[in-house]
Amino acid sequence: MADFFFHTTLGQLLLIVLESLAVLVPLLLGVAYLTLAERKVMAAMQLRKGPNVNGPFGVLQAFADAIKMLTKETVIPSGANRMLFLFAPFLTFSLAMIAWAVIPTGNGLAIANINVGILYLLAISSLGVYGMLIAGWASNSKYAFLGGLRSAAQMVSYEVSIGLVIVSVLLAVGSLNLNDIVLAQRHVWFCLPMFPMFIVFFISALAETNRAPFDLPEGESELVAGFFVEYSALAFGLFFLGEYANMFLMSGMVSILFLGGWLPPLAIAPFTWIPGPLWLIAKILFCLFVFIWVRATFPRYRYDQLMRLGWKVFLPFSLAWMVLTAGFLMVTGLLPGGAG
Amino acid sequence: MMTQIVFYVFAAVLVLSATMVVSARNPVHSVLFLILAFFNAAGLFLIAGAEFLAMTLVIVYVGAVAVLFLFVVMMLDVNFTQMRESVQRYAPIGGVVGGVLLVELLMAFMHWRAATNIGQIAHLVPSSPTRTNTAALGDVIYTHYIFLFQACALVLLVAMIGAIVLTLRERPTGRRQNIDRQHDRTVADSLEMLQVPLGAGVDAQGGFLRPHESYDIAAVPGTYGTEAWRVAEAREAAGNALVVTTPATGTKGEGDE
Repeated sequence: MADFFFHTTLGQLLLIVLESLAVLVPLLLGVAYLTLAERKVMAAMQLRKGPNVNGPFGVLQAFADAIKMLTKETVIPSGANRMLFLFAPFLTFSLAMIAWAVIPTGNGLAIANINVGILYLLAISSLGVYGMLIAGWASNSKYAFLGGLRSAAQMVSYEVSIGLVIVSVLLAVGSLNLNDIVLAQRHVWFCLPMFPMFIVFFISALAETNRAPFDLPEGESELVAGFFVEYSALAFGLFFLGEYANMFLMSGMVSILFLGGWLPPLAIAPFTWIPGPLWLIAKILFCLFVFIWVRATFPRYRYDQLMRLGWKVFLPFSLAWMVLTAGFLMVTGLLPGGAG
Repeated sequence: MMTQIVFYVFAAVLVLSATMVVSARNPVHSVLFLILAFFNAAGLFLIAGAEFLAMTLVIVYVGAVAVLFLFVVMMLDVNFTQMRESVQRYAPIGGVVGGVLLVELLMAFMHWRAATNIGQIAHLVPSSPTRTNTAALGDVIYTHYIFLFQACALVLLVAMIGAIVLTLRERPTGRRQNIDRQHDRTVADSLEMLQVPLGAGVDAQGGFLRPHESYDIAAVPGTYGTEAWRVAEAREAAGNALVVTTPATGTKGEGDE
C-alpha cells in the first residue's frame, strides 16, 4: 500500500489529491461555519440572538444560505463584460484556496513544503486584488468600479507594510520556508519580541481582507455594496466565500508568523498532549474571533484616514522596526547564519 | 518528458498572450494578457529551478506594477476611432524608430562573441544542491556587488523623488486635515459661553467671539485652508488669542437695498 502511494506516479497523484482534500474540506466547512459564527458572535456582542431558527442554535443556517445561493438566478448586467464578469469571482475564490498548499499544519506537514513558502503566500495574497478590480470593471457600474478602484489602492498600500513586517520576521528566522519560520519560534513566539509588528501585521491583514474597519471597497453607505453590487447567486456566493477563506488564510499567516504555528505555548506535559494541527486550528480560530470582534467594535475608517494610516504610520514604523531588528540581531550576534 | 511538456505549454501560452497584448483591441484586455504572460514567465522560471525569481516576478510585476497599469488603463476613456487615426499618423515615425533599432540589433548580433568559459561561470541555479536560490542571490547581490546594487537603489530613489517633486503641488485653495490639531482640540479651545441679555443678541458684545483654533477662520473672506492656518498662527504669535469677526454695523439691511 505504502509502495503504491510513494513509488508510482499514479499513487503520488492520488496522494496529492487526498492531501488537498484533507485541507480543503475542513477549510470549506470552516468557511461555511465562519459565516454563522460571525453572525452569532456579533449578535452576542450586540445583545441579540442571531440566527436560531434552522436547527438547534441555528447550526443549519450555513446550509440554508448555501442552498439559497445555489438556487437563485445569476444575473449578468447588460453592458457587462461577460467573460471577465464570471471570471472574477472564480479567481477570488480559487486564490483563497491555492494559498493553503504551503501552510504547514505540523512539522513538515504541508502539501508543498517549498523553500520560498512565505513569498508564495505574499504573491497569492497580492493577486487577490485582481478579483475585485476585474469585478469592478466588468460590472459596467459606477459603484462597482469605484469599489474596485478603492480596493486596488487599499490592498497595494497595505501590502507594502505587510512585506516589511515579513522581512523583520525573516531576519530573525534566516529562511523563507514556512516550516523553518515556525521551528524558529520553539523558544519564544515572535508575537512577544516583535509585539508592535504583530499589531501592524494584524491591522494590515484586516485591510488586506477588506474587513471592518477597512471595508471601504464595499462601503454600503456610499457604494451600495461596492465591487460586487451587480453579482447575485453563485457568483456572489463565490465572492462571499472567498472573502471568508481569505480571513482564514490571513489568520493562518498571523498564526505562523507570530503565534508559533503548530507549536504549543510551552513545551511541557499537558500542552504537548494536544497534536500540532489542533494548536494551529485553535490559533486560527482565535484570530478569526478577533476579526469579528473588531468588526463589532470599530466604525469604518474614512478613505483618506485609511491611506494616511497605511503610508504615513505603518510604512515608516515597520521600516524603522526592520532596521532596528537587523541592528539588534547584528549587535547581539543572534543573526541566523543561513547558508551564506 | 513531463518537464518538457510543461515547458512547451508555458512557453506557448507566454508567446500567445504576449501577441495578444499588442493585438487586443481593448486596452484592459491587453493588460490582462500581459498579466497572463508574466505568470507563464514565472512558470518558466520555476521549471528552470529559479524559484525565488519566479515568486518575485509574481509579487513585483503582477502584484504591484500590473495592478497600477490596470488601475490607470481602466480609468482611460478610450475613443477607438481617434486612436486609429493617431495610429495612422504616427505609424511612419514608429516604423522608422523600429527599423533603426532592428538594424542596430542585427549589427550587434553579427559581432556577438560569448566568453569561452560561459558554461562555467553562468548558473541559473546555485551550483551546490544544498544552497537555496535565495541564499545564492543574496550572496551575489549583497556580498559581491553591494555597491553597484546600492547605486541602482539610489538611481531609483532619485527617480521616485523626482516624480514626487514633479507631481506634488500645494493648492492654495485646498483644505487639509491636520489630525494632530484635531486631537489637541479641547472644549475650552472651541466653545465659549457668552452671557447674553435676553433679546439683545451678541452684537453688543462685539459679534461672534471665536477662539483662534476654530475651523471657521476659513470662513473669513479671502483665506482658505493652509493660508488660514498661517493667519491664525501669526495672530497667535502676536498674542491675540481670539479672532473677532465684527459684523459691520447695519449689515442686514445694506445688501438688500
